[in-house]
Amino acid sequence: MSKPRIRNTIRKLRFDHDEMTQQALADKVGVTRQTIVAIENAKYSPSLELAFRIARVFNLPLESVFTFEDDSQPTDKP
Amino acid sequence: MSFQEKRAIVSLISTILITVLYCAYMVERFPLGDPYSAEVFRFWGAFFLILIPVTIVAKIVIHILFSILNTLATQEDEPAITDERDRLIELRASTLALYSFSLGFFLAMIALATGLPPSMLFVILICSGVAAEILSDFSQFSMYRRGF
Repeated sequence: MSKPRIRNTIRKLRFDHDEMTQQALADKVGVTRQTIVAIENAKYSPSLELAFRIARVFNLPLESVFTFEDDSQPTDKP
Repeated sequence: MSFQEKRAIVSLISTILITVLYCAYMVERFPLGDPYSAEVFRFWGAFFLILIPVTIVAKIVIHILFSILNTLATQEDEPAITDERDRLIELRASTLALYSFSLGFFLAMIALATGLPPSMLFVILICSGVAAEILSDFSQFSMYRRGF
């Protein structure tokens, strides 16, 4: 069984928001830049609270920023 | 390399350095003769009583020096906040250290129960304490390195 991953579009969203830096985003949500790097690279799954904070910075719903991928779940086939 | 990774390496090196230097200093003062004498227990009592403040003071001094040198060399300040990832990494490292020291304590009790000299108990306790510290620092470095 493969490990479920929480993917995100933070890098793209930062780019779309006047090329916001990782440090700027980190300051807005109250974490270190290294944590933003780890989240962007899908190496760290943020807490629900932090995920909401990040989504709020981009004025988007949570599911537009984070998606859950679980390879163990069977895909729906027609 | 991030500040946290460098800090873990510095802590790892300082733990090894402090232990080696302190043990080298104290080994010459070990009372020879009867391994069950009161002198032996007095020695080990003093060993631990001095080791704890020496380690705390040395680590604080080394950490301050590291912060200053790192800021001078990289112009990067120490992170002002400790976030949820830092706390999780610290928690995992502490858990590993606790398991390691618990194993050492268990081995020390076995040494005592099997009739080995009391000094063996203290040596095992010191070794497991150092191993726990090293494991904690190394696991912190490793977790920061790979993201979590």
